[in-house]
Amino acid sequence: MGNFFLDNEDIQFQLGNLDLLKIAKQQEDRSRNGNADYVPDSPADAVDNYYKVLEIVGDIAANTLEPNAEAVDAEGHTLNDDGTVTLHPLVEENLKRCRQANLMGFTLPREFGGLNNPTTIYSVANELISRGDCSFMNIFGLQGNAETINAFASEEIRQKYVCDFAIGGATGAMALTEPDAGSDLQAVRLRAWQDENGQWYLNGVKRFITNGCGEILVTLARSEPDVADGRGLSVFVSRRCEQIRVRHLEEKLGIHGSPTCELVFNDAPAELIGERQRGLITYVMALMNGARLGIASQSVGVAEAAYRLARTYAASRCQFGVAIEQMPAVAEMVVDMQIAVESARALMYQTAFICDQENNNLRILEGGQCVDKAEEKERKSTARALKRVAGMLTPMGKYFCSEMANRVTYDCIQVLGGSGFIKDYPAERYYRDARITTIYEGTSQLQVLAAIRSVSSGIFASYVEQYESKTFDAALLDDLKTKLIGLREKTVEAATFAKSQASGYLDLSGRRIVDAAIHVIIGHYLLEQGAVNERKKRVARRFIEKGLPTALAGLEIVLSADASAIQEYELLAGPVPTVE
Amino acid sequence: MAYNSIVCIKQVPDTAKITADAMTAEGTVNRAALPAIFNPEDLYALEAALGVKERFGGTVTVLSMGPPKAASILRDSLYRGADRAILITDRRAAGSDTLATGYILAKAIETIGSYDMIFCGRQAIDGDTAQVGPQCAEKLGIPQVTYLEEFLNGEADRVRLRRNHGNGWEVVESTLPVLITVVSTPDAVRPWAARRVMKYKKARIPAEVISPEELESLKAKGLLLEQWTMEDIHADFDRCGLAGSPTKVYRIQSVVLTKEGFSKVEPTEDGINGMIHELITDRTLG
Repeated sequence: MGNFFLDNEDIQFQLGNLDLLKIAKQQEDRSRNGNADYVPDSPADAVDNYYKVLEIVGDIAANTLEPNAEAVDAEGHTLNDDGTVTLHPLVEENLKRCRQANLMGFTLPREFGGLNNPTTIYSVANELISRGDCSFMNIFGLQGNAETINAFASEEIRQKYVCDFAIGGATGAMALTEPDAGSDLQAVRLRAWQDENGQWYLNGVKRFITNGCGEILVTLARSEPDVADGRGLSVFVSRRCEQIRVRHLEEKLGIHGSPTCELVFNDAPAELIGERQRGLITYVMALMNGARLGIASQSVGVAEAAYRLARTYAASRCQFGVAIEQMPAVAEMVVDMQIAVESARALMYQTAFICDQENNNLRILEGGQCVDKAEEKERKSTARALKRVAGMLTPMGKYFCSEMANRVTYDCIQVLGGSGFIKDYPAERYYRDARITTIYEGTSQLQVLAAIRSVSSGIFASYVEQYESKTFDAALLDDLKTKLIGLREKTVEAATFAKSQASGYLDLSGRRIVDAAIHVIIGHYLLEQGAVNERKKRVARRFIEKGLPTALAGLEIVLSADASAIQEYELLAGPVPTVE
Repeated sequence: MAYNSIVCIKQVPDTAKITADAMTAEGTVNRAALPAIFNPEDLYALEAALGVKERFGGTVTVLSMGPPKAASILRDSLYRGADRAILITDRRAAGSDTLATGYILAKAIETIGSYDMIFCGRQAIDGDTAQVGPQCAEKLGIPQVTYLEEFLNGEADRVRLRRNHGNGWEVVESTLPVLITVVSTPDAVRPWAARRVMKYKKARIPAEVISPEELESLKAKGLLLEQWTMEDIHADFDRCGLAGSPTKVYRIQSVVLTKEGFSKVEPTEDGINGMIHELITDRTLG
């Protein structure tokens, strides 16, 4: 009996290095427990529960999801004539196990039967799930919908829907994208209208909806037909019904186990979540942040699976009389895969850690639970500070982890060679599954746009200040820290320069600047890990020194002021191909 | 119609992780050398009982005999959905063979009183006797169905079961109460349920509790598990432990299988014919 949590030393190490007691204290502070009989006695008890829950997830991921993944990928789901979807029986089995294990209300309050786990633990769970079957994470990881209802809906709606997730094991979908509204959600057209009794109905089409066949849908719709932009949008919740039909199941490159639906709403009854017109600007933005972190976890999980496959294969495959890992080029690929996974994990966990503090602070602040004005004031100021950091780390995490997963799964196939290209090994599936991660929940390009503002506005520099002031016992770590300080200076210089250039240049330079900034941030995380672990010292050295010249080269390009990609676009990109 | 089930479970050394230290010089199992686990077929028995509860309602009580540390499989059972857990732990039960164990379990089951079905794993991986379940049924004077692979249906006074006897299966009916030994279940054994783990991880048998205050606190929270002695089940001491065990281990031999040379078969018609002939002669085939 394998266990994807217990067999992973790096997860144990990195989780053990986080201040989980701090998270647990905040998570349990004024938590809504109802009459649940499984409330922890203390923060330490809550932390013990985190480990136990992850052990359960690790068990299901290793013994159910992973063995089922190949068949699910090969066979997919079935669209029925009546507009419903029959999930692959093995996906049903996966869901059944998660329900039996009470995992479907992972982060929800105990009042509704949830486990009240913090986002950090949910992120680890998503990673474990994704290592078992990357595509199943899309179903398991959509619990953010329930969180949105829990966070923003009225008490009445909350009571009506939230238990269905935690106790009933319902799955959900967030129906945002439309044929003409992908990255630009302000263009959403699906119409919401109200009859004379105040009942809302939804009319229109949603496209590319992950698990759109789920039981509970959270839908972004235009409730104010006269307001054309994002301020005309509200968020609604509805149950699956005859008026919501799946018209089409997409045929995709990867994540076949995740049903991607085109949905037609035909006067489907719905209930308003929160206030009108705050749909996109407040609720969806909150939902998206959680979803982005989810994709970061998914990326780390599939990359972990790919790394393990490559490591095992490189050790056992012999050519020219030796295991191929003894060939320098293969050895370097395997080493870089492992370091990529570990460094991405470090960023993902730290991001989740900050998000937890932000979420819990907001829960008490916005739930009107502050004991007095003084607390409210303090929490407001904390909220502002945390929002800035989370607003930087979340897009960075999503961007870095998903790009990393693509590189690592690509290299996994390379290490396996011909065997990686055929379907006898899961390498090609990992590669196909990872591909979407840089696209959905905001493309890499959009993540960079979100992150570059933090670098150019000084949030980045002030965030790494706390790390730069640390001193280490080991000379190696101090030396590496000096290098990171140098890179930070150069990064800020490049960002300031790019900002001073003509409009569009900062966006054009975004990727290079953000890459360098992420290198600095993760470098500091690894130094901290190196201070308590000998192997991590070597990991930090390899990561920081190998990436430094690349980061600096990118910044040189920024400082060169080369804007030809936009200035000479027509010339360099060539004419739009015409069909004769 | 709801059924009350009792599941007999055992904590066993994980024989899959066997090493040279697995046996003591006296020929008994060296429990310290191997991790203790939930006997795998007893997990199937528990799953079968929980499946029946899910379908028809009722209760599931787990019953085990063993040292205090066997309380961990009681908690494991509670994590998966059992309603009540009892450990018979008594030095006078130590050294029991299958006859004595069957007797003690039967006495405990009589003490529990009302039940419709008793589920046992077919056999435990440490002794591999497959005797305890059937002996227990005989002592209770109730029918037994061995090798269950699927619980098909239940009515008020009878159940329909499919048993797998190795070369095929048969469907049988039995009156209630009945003792059933289980080899597998159609569905995999359910995982731990997180909410139950968070609650029952604190459950203890009295032998695990240090202070009277803790005992009272556990009792108040419904987390004190039942711990029974020979007196509690009104057992006749002469029939328990070494005194009640006619089985005596005569000798333990460590058998190491080694390969003795090999023969090469040419990939020709003659070569293959020769190999088949040889396999028939030594009765590997035919």
